Amino acid sequence: MRRYFARKLLVYALTFVVAVTVNWMIPRFMPGDPVASMVSRARVSQPEAAEAMRGYYNNLFGFDEPVWQQYLHFWGALLQGDFGISVWVFPTPVSDVLLDALPYTLGLMLPAVLLSWIAGNWAGALAARRKVLDNTVLPAGYLLTAMPYMWIAVILAWALGSKAGWFPISGGYSLDIQPSWSLDFVADLAHHWVLPFLSLFLVALGGWAIGMRNMIIYELESDYSSYLSALGAPQRLIRRYAFRNAVLPQITGLALQLGVLVAGALVTEIVFAYPGLGSLILAAIQNQDFFLLQGAFLFIVIGVLIANFVIDVVYVLVDPRTRTGMAGGQS
Amino acid sequence: MSAPPGPAGGDAGPSAPTAPTAEKKPAGSVRETLHYAVRNPKLLIGSAVVLALLLLGLIGPPLLDTTDPNAYGGPQAAPPDSTYWMGTTTFGQDVYAQFVHGLRATFLVGVVGGAIAAVVAMLVGFFAGYRGGVLDELLTMVTNVVLVIPALAVLLIINAYLGVRSVPVQGVFIGLTSWPWAARAIRAQTFTLRTREFVDLARLSGNGTWRIVFREIAPNMSSYLFMMFILLFGGSVLIASSLDFIGLGPTGGVSLGLMLQSAQQWSALSLGMWWWFVPPGAGITAIVGALYIANVGLDEVFNPKLRES
Repeated sequence: MRRYFARKLLVYALTFVVAVTVNWMIPRFMPGDPVASMVSRARVSQPEAAEAMRGYYNNLFGFDEPVWQQYLHFWGALLQGDFGISVWVFPTPVSDVLLDALPYTLGLMLPAVLLSWIAGNWAGALAARRKVLDNTVLPAGYLLTAMPYMWIAVILAWALGSKAGWFPISGGYSLDIQPSWSLDFVADLAHHWVLPFLSLFLVALGGWAIGMRNMIIYELESDYSSYLSALGAPQRLIRRYAFRNAVLPQITGLALQLGVLVAGALVTEIVFAYPGLGSLILAAIQNQDFFLLQGAFLFIVIGVLIANFVIDVVYVLVDPRTRTGMAGGQS
Repeated sequence: MSAPPGPAGGDAGPSAPTAPTAEKKPAGSVRETLHYAVRNPKLLIGSAVVLALLLLGLIGPPLLDTTDPNAYGGPQAAPPDSTYWMGTTTFGQDVYAQFVHGLRATFLVGVVGGAIAAVVAMLVGFFAGYRGGVLDELLTMVTNVVLVIPALAVLLIINAYLGVRSVPVQGVFIGLTSWPWAARAIRAQTFTLRTREFVDLARLSGNGTWRIVFREIAPNMSSYLFMMFILLFGGSVLIASSLDFIGLGPTGGVSLGLMLQSAQQWSALSLGMWWWFVPPGAGITAIVGALYIANVGLDEVFNPKLRES
């Protein structure tokens, strides 16, 4: 088990280093000059003033140091939680901008990930039990996974928002309400949350249902199942064992699925103009805000790494084989 | 992102094909496989839908009056009728013309992205699985690192800054970021094959790694690899549509994702112009969904165990 965690931690550490390095490279090796764009935005007419501004920004963002020093400084700043300053909403620190958006994204992602996993596994297990169900759950599951996140979001907004008028189709809360912890605001927040959540939930649901169905069928055909039924064990018991075994890979799958769902959350937020990281990333791209994009990327990677780690810990808790160190090496 | 065939179930794709029957097949089995293939409704329906859409993408554009799908010719914001089968946009562009042209972009990005991801996954998976040892450790480590970093986040950055905006280039980048789950699955399969007698025999006859991998191991999991390619194809299409939607799609052309983007951008939703945003998404869903369903069918054809149930 120690070996299992050592490996996992090594991978996470390496991933983090790679991500930070990529992140550092973003504003430095890309065509397009963030400093130039800021100077031009200020519309300074005299060349000397523009030059002075350029020098100021270069110094502010640390572009006047040798490259290796910039890299080390970047790490130093990062470890102190300093993500630099946003160009788009200058001079707000990137970390502040991101922290404002983070609760919205988490509030959307966490329930969508967990509930779709639970519901999907349940639907998949049911599908594996009855032929009739199987013939409906399977095609429905495949269609759901095949849907682009933003399309199902648009369709839901159209059907349940525009046509039926049940839910608002844009924003995280009504504009005429001040964010506070009042009951009114929370209700409003929840009202705006339903559609984005539903679109993420539905697409992810299909994948889980199919995965679970396949795993259960595979387990039911395995040797221990035939052995149990040869012994005359009740079908319920065999299914319970099959379910237990089938759920384990689904937990690993959960970790893998996270990176994918991040992307789903991004485009879903854009459709609903939901004030999370996705909308920020769009704004960062449109405004050429290198530092904000950099920060958002790192936030996402750190988020995925933490979530993966939690799932790894859970996996060890539920799978006795990992605990005894038999099956740890591969994953 | 739209989800690449997000590795949902188990260690491979959402519909990870089951393990191949790793035996050298007798010559007559081709006919047997065909026999089951033409009787499998999932395979037939799935491939019929994909082929129909492919055909539409191929012959649709030449049959149009205009070569420019983005031309501002028609009436503005017209619902579907006999002249404009899928209606027109706010600017009088023919949605049907955009749709058939967009199908081409979708298939192209799927083929390029899927093929590149499959090649990388095969190289990494085969060599990690067959050679083992330090090479395996190293390749597995790289695979895991790439697996944990969300592909879309990387693609966003690449696209936003390199500014390379064409469908093939988009496909290349998608291919280079979406291979890890497939590499892992291939590695696991290779593990089970490398101790078989025929591989030992080849090794004893003095064949090199390259030859053994591609002459002995790969052919024995060809059905598996083919199904994997299908999943990677579908994944590429979905990722591309997300990128297009965010505004990082090809410039100057048209794709199903770009259609969705412009529908969103010009508030087709609040104007109630459903014919603008329904076709492109339905097209993507139909292609990817049909591919997935055909894949299940293929699985049943190749895998005798799954046939009866």
